[in-house]
Amino acid sequence: MSDSTQPRAVALELSHIAKAFGAVIALTNGTLRLERGSIHALVGENGAGKSTLVKIIAGLYQRDAGDLLLDGEVVDFRSTAEAKAAGIAVIYQEPTLFPDLSVTENIFMGRQPRGAVGVIDRRAMRTEALALFERLGVRIDPDRPTLGLSIADQQIIEIAKAISLDARVLIMDEPTAALSGVEVERLFAVARSLRDEGRAILFISHRFEEVFDLCDTVTVMRDGAYVASSPIGDTTVEEIVRQMVGRDVTTLFPKQEAAIGDDVLVVEGLTRPGVFEDVSFTVRSGEIVALAGLVGAGRSEIARAVFGVDRYSAGTVRVAGEVLRKGRPDAAMRAGIALVPEDRRQQGLVLESSVARNATLAIRRQLARFGLITDALENASARIWASRLEVKTAALDTEAGTLSGGNQQKVVLAKWLATNPKVLIIDEPTRGIDVGTKAEVHRLLSELAGQGLAILMISSELPEVLGMADRVLVVHEGRITADVPRAEATAESVMFAATHAEVA
Amino acid sequence: MLHRLTRFVTARETGILLALVLVVAVTTLVNPRFLFSGDGFRDLILSPSILLLVAVGQAIVIITRNVDLSVGSTLGLSAYLTGRVFIDAPWLPWPTVFLIGILFGGLLGLVNGALVSFAKVPSLVITLGTLYAFRGINVLWTGSDRINASDMPREFLALGTSSVAGIPYLTIIAVVVLLVAGWFLRTQRAGRELYAIGSDPAAAHLYGLKVTQRTLAAFIVCGALAGLAGVLYAARYGTVNSQAGYGWELDAVGAAVIGGVAIFGGSGTVWGAAIGAYLLLTISRALPVVGVPDFWQGAVVGILILGAIVLDRLLALRTAKRLTDVHAREQKTPSPKGVAS
Amino acid sequence: MTTALAAPARTYRDHGRPLWRRILLTHEMAIIGLLVLVYLAASLTVKGFAGPLTIQYLLPDLAAVLLIALPMTLVIVTGEIDLSVASTAGLAGVAFGIAHASGWPIGVALVLALLVGVVAGAVNGFFITVVGLPSLAVTIGTLALFRGLAVGLIGTDRVGGFPPELRSLALDRIPGTPIPNIIVVFAVLAIAFAVVLHFTPVGRSIFAIGLSSEAARFSGVRIERTKFVLFVVSGLVSALAGIYYALKTNVSLAENTAGLELSVIAAVLLGGVSIFGGRGALHGVIAGVLLIGFIGSALRLAGLTSDVISIVTGVLLVASVVTTSFLARFRRRRVGPGGKKGSPRPVE
Repeated sequence: MSDSTQPRAVALELSHIAKAFGAVIALTNGTLRLERGSIHALVGENGAGKSTLVKIIAGLYQRDAGDLLLDGEVVDFRSTAEAKAAGIAVIYQEPTLFPDLSVTENIFMGRQPRGAVGVIDRRAMRTEALALFERLGVRIDPDRPTLGLSIADQQIIEIAKAISLDARVLIMDEPTAALSGVEVERLFAVARSLRDEGRAILFISHRFEEVFDLCDTVTVMRDGAYVASSPIGDTTVEEIVRQMVGRDVTTLFPKQEAAIGDDVLVVEGLTRPGVFEDVSFTVRSGEIVALAGLVGAGRSEIARAVFGVDRYSAGTVRVAGEVLRKGRPDAAMRAGIALVPEDRRQQGLVLESSVARNATLAIRRQLARFGLITDALENASARIWASRLEVKTAALDTEAGTLSGGNQQKVVLAKWLATNPKVLIIDEPTRGIDVGTKAEVHRLLSELAGQGLAILMISSELPEVLGMADRVLVVHEGRITADVPRAEATAESVMFAATHAEVA
Repeated sequence: MLHRLTRFVTARETGILLALVLVVAVTTLVNPRFLFSGDGFRDLILSPSILLLVAVGQAIVIITRNVDLSVGSTLGLSAYLTGRVFIDAPWLPWPTVFLIGILFGGLLGLVNGALVSFAKVPSLVITLGTLYAFRGINVLWTGSDRINASDMPREFLALGTSSVAGIPYLTIIAVVVLLVAGWFLRTQRAGRELYAIGSDPAAAHLYGLKVTQRTLAAFIVCGALAGLAGVLYAARYGTVNSQAGYGWELDAVGAAVIGGVAIFGGSGTVWGAAIGAYLLLTISRALPVVGVPDFWQGAVVGILILGAIVLDRLLALRTAKRLTDVHAREQKTPSPKGVAS
Repeated sequence: MTTALAAPARTYRDHGRPLWRRILLTHEMAIIGLLVLVYLAASLTVKGFAGPLTIQYLLPDLAAVLLIALPMTLVIVTGEIDLSVASTAGLAGVAFGIAHASGWPIGVALVLALLVGVVAGAVNGFFITVVGLPSLAVTIGTLALFRGLAVGLIGTDRVGGFPPELRSLALDRIPGTPIPNIIVVFAVLAIAFAVVLHFTPVGRSIFAIGLSSEAARFSGVRIERTKFVLFVVSGLVSALAGIYYALKTNVSLAENTAGLELSVIAAVLLGGVSIFGGRGALHGVIAGVLLIGFIGSALRLAGLTSDVISIVTGVLLVASVVTTSFLARFRRRRVGPGGKKGSPRPVE
């Protein structure tokens, strides 16, 4: 634990930063005090302005008003290069490295140590890279191309880059979204050691357990403005949520009761070497079955294999008694399976297409009359579903990419519900969505189950799992290690099964 | 040491070099004059020298995830310009004409580069347009005219056909250019940045690399090399008409691809492109010797290109699998330092 | 967020922008406008341009480009490219000529040539969708391969002498008009392609593949099969164009069609199809082909040679895509990365 009795020097101070894009106001009051030797959390719903604030600090955007002070001096970054030169480093959720080049070259690109005639000194570069990794306490081969490295390793390389630039301020934007438990621990250890060196770390996350575990201070933003800031010990999750949302949110997960019917989805012995093995489960009509586990356990892979986007080498999938052809999403759709994928923007939506087009993509064949489909037909269908799910958009031909996260998820749901499925597989239903829309989605899932839909829900948020599911299946490294009915499922038991191979 | 040796042996460049040696060996077996006659060896290493220059330039551009389809037209224009300069300004010493050709090519490259980097339009489209435009200008300017050997000074033509110590001058020039280019791409920051830009342009921008400048430079160099190739073309063949360089852009891309330069950028070397150029043209010359009518030349080239990219894909799949396997293994073994806290 | 039990029903506009903006402010409209402008300007300034003779001489030359531009549009919309079309046309023409010269019935020769196109397209399709290679590289290879095969098959021979009935079928004009028969074939195909692209589920999936192949796959689109079929169709139509060329010139030469692919691609891009995929319309493409054709005609009539036409085509292509790019960026900057005007909230 860091010593909080001594006042720390302020590394970065933002005061009343404002930023608008045309008619859209992203920030009205961006205020933040980031101290040296501190890990400072920045929380807020989607649309609160966190990302815009970060991009202003990083030099990607220029602020319209307000002050930005680095070590007490007013600064104005006109480019990412300037911000980097001033000692600010941003580690994004999806690191962007150069896949064809080696780890070492990635770290030092543009700043390689040079010898005579400007010739790059490869040996010195390699030695420095190894030294960096040792300091971070990790083991990565400096000569290998970064192609194929896990996101966790790539993040470490980004951190190595930041340190080699002697970054005094590090901003981590949702770094743990794609990491497994072990990798999260490793990242936290690195963050703590950086803090102890006196650097300032800004940690943006939706995961309150992590915020409370790692950070010493938390700042809350809402609707583009600063709301509150306090040491972590002086506040609670409820308090923070209230500050984020602006009102009390009593029940996040409405309980649901539904009549459980017959088996709809029966998976037996599904195997894909190296990814998942001997996976068997059943989902019945009216049931919500949760697939819990750590990130990387293989849950999304199982879902994709069932749906046909990925292949599997052994096992069967049956829908309403009929064996499903593997590897053919169109066959799965015909059989009545719908998959709301994990990556909403890349897999769930065609971002550049309109809301109407997206909402009707899955039923394009059914909508066609005499083999022909028109905008009018699409709009009619889209209108019904968007309205049912209360999608917030001005027009049906608005580009889907411009909607907020919550509305985008609603469009994806609309798309799949329009297919009138028997089975809905939904992967991380509320990831990256504001609290209010979260509740709507949960209510919707409840209703659907009540109407007889069989739902398989993949979720990494334990409260969501425990609140929504009738049964919890826990996956650990590709195998199902527990099948627990709601009444017996607890956070501890689920966590245990998620982290151990054999459960008694 | 062993690691480096393995990397060398399995390198693509080594593979096509071996293929080249094999082709020459087999053909020489069939007809020893292919290699061992007075002209044989010389022609073998002389003719591809010009394509080598164009292929090296093309490789540099492809590495940045671009392509330059206008190099053939540039070569033609430069060759004609060379002849015209000799005719209209005979007082100029011939080395100056080299410079003019290179600068001219660089200028055309600048046009391409500026359009690609500032307008942010894919180079495929831009250079398709400039291919047309430059070729049109070439034909318009040339008309039905033709440059003949008699229009150019003897020393200049001698450069194109004679040798020193058995190695043709043109080949020496080409090899020197190759050495400089290869050295630069490997050891200079700007050279490595070209690879970064091709490997992930978005990351390069985010990183703060001078993408616009580097891309511009790549196109200028490519154009300049095509310009130089045009001058050498005039020296070698002595005759230049409006068809000079026609189709060379595809040969250059083919040579680079065969040589291991990935079409999406980020990897490959100019050495590979150079060997690819040699392999391409040597096979063309070898075919008639082994009894295949040279009509089938084009088909063989096509098969080579397809074979090269299929091979690339298979190797890439295998490497990706190997890298993720290695990574998975590393994940299982705990780090010796443990997780510090 | 609505937590009330009876939320008011939402109403949505169909369109975010007024009709005139949606129709007029498109690349296709700009090209059509330019086409009309060029036609009018040329009619007024170039002697002999106005009148049916221009079209009479122009259309037979443009027919091949018009035909191949149809499947090429769909191929480019999916994000791929086919550089081998001209070589396929040449190969099919050669096959046609050789089969005929060997004494086979003309009908069989015709079918054989079309089959050559199908096989050529299937070869492309195989390497691109089954092996997974980039189409740029593959079709550069097949461009060389097919042309090489054509040259190899025919050697120094020249085969021709096709039956005059067939030739007249291809070359004659619709009685009373300056329009050659082949354009009828083109018109039928154009309507078919336009309907498929803009009014069928397959067309929707083609656009989806071009914009986001991952999302398309997750929506049940059979990407590989769609692309494979498109490449086969491209080969088939290229073969048709090759046969036409052979009949038109009455000789099968491998060089008949050299450079055709560039004309087609230039016209398609000029017509507003995005090289990145996911965007484009056939009426723009047809306008693009006609635009290049009319400019060429006008210049030729004005006494300028084909090289000038070449220059103009090149400049036009570059100007067209550069302008589109600048306009797109200008529009985005005005609205900001936050989102379009009128959207409820900026996306972060």
